Amino acid sequence: MIDGFLALYIFMLAAFTGKEIIGRVPVILHTPLMSGSNFVHGIVLVGAMIALAQADTTLAKTIGFIGVVLGAGNAAGGYVVTERMLEMFKSSKDKK
Amino acid sequence: MAMQEMLIWIAKASYFLAAVLFILGIKRMASPVTARKGIIQAGIGMVIATLATFAITGAHNIELIIAGIAIGVIPTWLWGKKVAMTDMPQMVALFNGMGGGSAAAIGAGELLKMSNPNSGEHALVTVSLAVLGALIGSVSMTGSIIAWAKLDGLMDKRFNFPGQQVFNFLVFAAALVAGIALIAWHVDPRLVVAFFALALLFGILMTLPIGGADMPVVISLFNALTGLAVAFEGYVMQIEALIIAGTVVGAAGTFLTQLMAKAMNRPISGVLFSNFGGGGSGEAIAGSQKPIEASDAASLLYMAEKVIIVPGYGMAVAQAQHKIWELTQALIKAGKEVKFAIHPVAGRMPGHMNVLLAEAGVPYDLIADMDDINPEFKTCDVSIVIGANDVVNPAAKTDKSSPIYGMPILNVVDSRQTIVIKRGKGTGFAGIENALFYADNTRLLYADGKEAANQLISELKGIEGGGGH
Repeated sequence: MIDGFLALYIFMLAAFTGKEIIGRVPVILHTPLMSGSNFVHGIVLVGAMIALAQADTTLAKTIGFIGVVLGAGNAAGGYVVTERMLEMFKSSKDKK
Repeated sequence: MAMQEMLIWIAKASYFLAAVLFILGIKRMASPVTARKGIIQAGIGMVIATLATFAITGAHNIELIIAGIAIGVIPTWLWGKKVAMTDMPQMVALFNGMGGGSAAAIGAGELLKMSNPNSGEHALVTVSLAVLGALIGSVSMTGSIIAWAKLDGLMDKRFNFPGQQVFNFLVFAAALVAGIALIAWHVDPRLVVAFFALALLFGILMTLPIGGADMPVVISLFNALTGLAVAFEGYVMQIEALIIAGTVVGAAGTFLTQLMAKAMNRPISGVLFSNFGGGGSGEAIAGSQKPIEASDAASLLYMAEKVIIVPGYGMAVAQAQHKIWELTQALIKAGKEVKFAIHPVAGRMPGHMNVLLAEAGVPYDLIADMDDINPEFKTCDVSIVIGANDVVNPAAKTDKSSPIYGMPILNVVDSRQTIVIKRGKGTGFAGIENALFYADNTRLLYADGKEAANQLISELKGIEGGGGH
């Protein structure tokens, strides 16, 4: 069980981490970075899977199912487009 | 029971590993050299976390879970594989909306459970975060869908009606009141439904009046919001990986949103609650636009030593990036120094132009950020502006009555000669006349971007051939 204060500490440290990481990213990579972080919050899938596993009524199952579909879409779509974009970034030295 | 405990331990350890991989992965994205490894690393983290979750979920509803994952993954994967790079902003918006929706669904499920009278007492923090995550997730979902529809050209760029801001505020206030009632009073199923309806509606209403040029800020903001929603629902579900990953994304997204807003010289509230062009239209400009033929423009380029190309969203619309790269290669071959200058908010999402140029094959070391390139315009013989307008308008520096006054711009006006490739005489997104287009050393090449680049390439070849090599 994570209590309120422990969660608050995790929250604070993760927030600083997020800001520090992005502060060093050059403008060239803003799109892939945004798309990459978009992929990372696809981890919501894990929460949705657990919620669906605990669902008993039809309504709860429906809501859980929607959550899993959307979360999986976020993760998969986010990954594919980010990877495609990053694959294109080449330096003059890489060519030929 | 020991078996069950071990499975949970395995899952928790995997989540920890995934969180580490996410953070290292995003960190590696800070350099173009390691960025691709970074996303692959984060991807491995996601697969590990997802597989490990089956250790917790066990066999209950497993067929539904697997079916849900398949339905979610397969179409988005295929779609993401083939979508054009110009359409990337709307794809990112759509996938982001899905994440928001997923977080909202988790919130809905948890609130539904809490609404059962037999479910016992609920900690205030848990109910509050479930409500807050659901609110933010819902707004992010419907807002992102509207952003996607706008960017995809499925609906009008802006939608305004009288009293819109007051109405939107009332809807938001009502959603908030419903949320507070859920927290402070009790979790009533009807109230839950009303709360979600209002939250989803607000996401739509809030995004409707926002125009295309503000989209980099909006998409980035929704990305941050989804991250936060995931973090909050992560607390409700007691999964540390969601709290950490969601918060990292929320913080990174907030920071990126601020960067974008700063680059447009607009407060985030200005993007959300007011439109461009509402204020004055700036001073009238004396002089005229001086046209140039492609052959003369090519001569200018042939005589230049240093050329800076300034692409804007218009280049993407004209799909001219490949031709522009061909032109660049021709110039480099002729011994010119060529660079690309990119404004931070050019395009429809942060860094959009860089992606399009990368797709066309332009190496990233030829592409310079605004702060790095601005001092170089002074030593530049010819600047080529293609599809950019407001971000090169010197009125942002000189004309206090201009709506874009104070916005950081690319100092194209400093270069010795400027060639502006433009379809016609129209104004930019902000509806403001551009003083650069009337400057004495600016010439306008009226043509479609792709066509203009083509003409310049063949004219350059002609000059070189005629030069007796």
